[in-house]
Amino acid sequence: MIALLLRDLRLAVRAGGGFGLGLAFFLLVAVLVPLGIGPEPSLLARIAPGILWVGALLACLLSLDRIFALDREDGSLDLLATSPIPMEGVVAVKALAHWLVTGLPLALAAPGLAVMLQLPGGHGWLAISLALGTPALSMIGTFGAALTVGLKRGGLLLSLLVLPLYVPTLIFGAEVARRGAMGMELGTPLALLAAITGGTLALLPFAAALAVRINLR
Amino acid sequence: MIKAPERSGAFFFPPAWASALRMELIVENLSCARGGVIVLEGVSFRLAAGRALVLRGPNGAGKTTLLRTIAGLQHAAGGTISLPPDTIAYAAHADGLKPTLTVAENLTFWARIYGRGIGDTLDRMNLAGLADRPAMNLSAGQKRRLGLARLLVAGRPVWLLDEPTVSLDTEAVALFASVTRDHLAAGGMALIATHIDLGLETEVLDLSAFRARPRIAGGFDEAFA
Amino acid sequence: MSIWEYANPKKFMQTSGRLLPWATGLAAAALLIGLIWGFFLTPDDYRQGSTVKIIFLHVPAALMAINAWLMMLVCSLIWLIRRHHVSALAAKAAAPIGLTMTVIALVTGAIWGQPMWGTWWAWDPRLTSFLILFLFYLGYIALWSAIDDPDTAADLTSVLCMVGSVFALLSRYAVNFWNQGLHQGASLSMDKKENISDVFWLPLLVCITGFVLLFVALVLLRTRTEIRARRLAALLARERMA
Repeated sequence: MIALLLRDLRLAVRAGGGFGLGLAFFLLVAVLVPLGIGPEPSLLARIAPGILWVGALLACLLSLDRIFALDREDGSLDLLATSPIPMEGVVAVKALAHWLVTGLPLALAAPGLAVMLQLPGGHGWLAISLALGTPALSMIGTFGAALTVGLKRGGLLLSLLVLPLYVPTLIFGAEVARRGAMGMELGTPLALLAAITGGTLALLPFAAALAVRINLR
Repeated sequence: MIKAPERSGAFFFPPAWASALRMELIVENLSCARGGVIVLEGVSFRLAAGRALVLRGPNGAGKTTLLRTIAGLQHAAGGTISLPPDTIAYAAHADGLKPTLTVAENLTFWARIYGRGIGDTLDRMNLAGLADRPAMNLSAGQKRRLGLARLLVAGRPVWLLDEPTVSLDTEAVALFASVTRDHLAAGGMALIATHIDLGLETEVLDLSAFRARPRIAGGFDEAFA
Repeated sequence: MSIWEYANPKKFMQTSGRLLPWATGLAAAALLIGLIWGFFLTPDDYRQGSTVKIIFLHVPAALMAINAWLMMLVCSLIWLIRRHHVSALAAKAAAPIGLTMTVIALVTGAIWGQPMWGTWWAWDPRLTSFLILFLFYLGYIALWSAIDDPDTAADLTSVLCMVGSVFALLSRYAVNFWNQGLHQGASLSMDKKENISDVFWLPLLVCITGFVLLFVALVLLRTRTEIRARRLAALLARERMA
């Protein structure tokens, strides 16, 4: 399974792998929002946690359809299905690779963008909330990609399926970031965010593996 | 879950094969469906260790469907297969190669998926000179050779080969035939869908004999129509 | 006789064919009685005036929007576990009805909200939850229509329905949490149980019964259509293969 993880990471950073696209998109969101709503610092500071969370969520969405589509096209997915690795493992590794390539860089870049968006404090909490929440986004997205892997043009459908599933993660994640910025107590949303991520990582690999197997039939 | 890569000299006799040498692939009364329609039924054959079986039949006869069913990628609509999918290495039309990875990287990846090393496989498939070349710069025949090299690193006794010689030149076909012969000599089995004579001593199974009476899988639509 | 016998398409077609006129007739009667009673024979509310009467459409629709999803979940589980095709087709048939109920609940809510709250839309937890439910229905229906093979589509939508149910529930509580302390409570709350009087309660009950029957009738009708479509596809396939 480590071999699979390393291969996916290597593919992502090689030419055409799409590494950094999500990050660039995230940066663009942070630049475009002030251009759209005006430069007033107090307004920006108020909406910064939400904007950054929504931006991160959309950036995650961008690369979801690549998770299985390329492996499906070149036959790798069939071969992986007949390999000693259980499909649940394949799916979990794919989600992990997606997180390492997309979610983690977003979490690391977020404090810098938060400075641009005049966030007064709580940059650490913002990064922590993203680091804790984006694994759930990657896993849910992998499930969505597993559902649509058999479709020629599944991209738009994938967004429609995945975005409603993102709601709880977004709510608790942005709440942690918001409370962090305002210096409020944030134990409850943080615990709930961690619970969602934990539950998602524990259960969704099985649903996603089931979906992949159905699609390969 | 994955055994440590095995790099010993006994490349053709991994421990998992100890029992494989006495194995026999027995397919009995197998029915296969494609797109919800039964295409084959009553397929029965035996394949002993060291033997190969060539599948014949016109396009659409169900060769790929039969191989995918035996490989465990789709459910059988009926019948039994004696060997579990984890004794089987399946080579489909697509080779599962990543264009941006080099030949060696591609092969090493698949070897590690099966918990093994690549040993001298590149030499055996005449790919050693291309080891550091990205797979996107290979010719179709070279890609095919690399795809077939995966069978060698999988270390599994039963090979399911779907038109393995497509885009191979005469020399490469001979090379592949000799590799398959080695595999059989070591106690392996091969089930090959091909129209080319590989020069192997094989039995032939013509699938057109098992063509199914037209009906829908699962019996549900049958209840309606 | 086992209940699973109704999973046989022919048996289902027979039974549903007999039930359908009754369900339709009773639904029409209950809705007619309930709505006329509710709209014309109840007094105006002392605070809300006549606008309160939209409750007779709003509450039953909202109830059925949730119950339709529950029914889809049960049908999906039956399909995944027992592979009864009628069950999968019933889930497929229920989805657009559930979607419509959700839209009715949202629209009547907006029409009610405008004079009451002075706004068509507020990010109230219940409204938001229904909007999210609406999105779940959209995704489910879109997935059904995107996949050609009927069994694959049934499998995948069933998996989506299961996972979606968990996340819909999570969203419901997340939305409650998100809204905490941001919004006025009871004055905007749509939970009128505490101040709804019997004058309204009885016709509301009739209306709810009417919506349940309407839902049953529509699901039966749509499932029969789906079964006939499958039969047609099977006949065409047989003709092609022969």
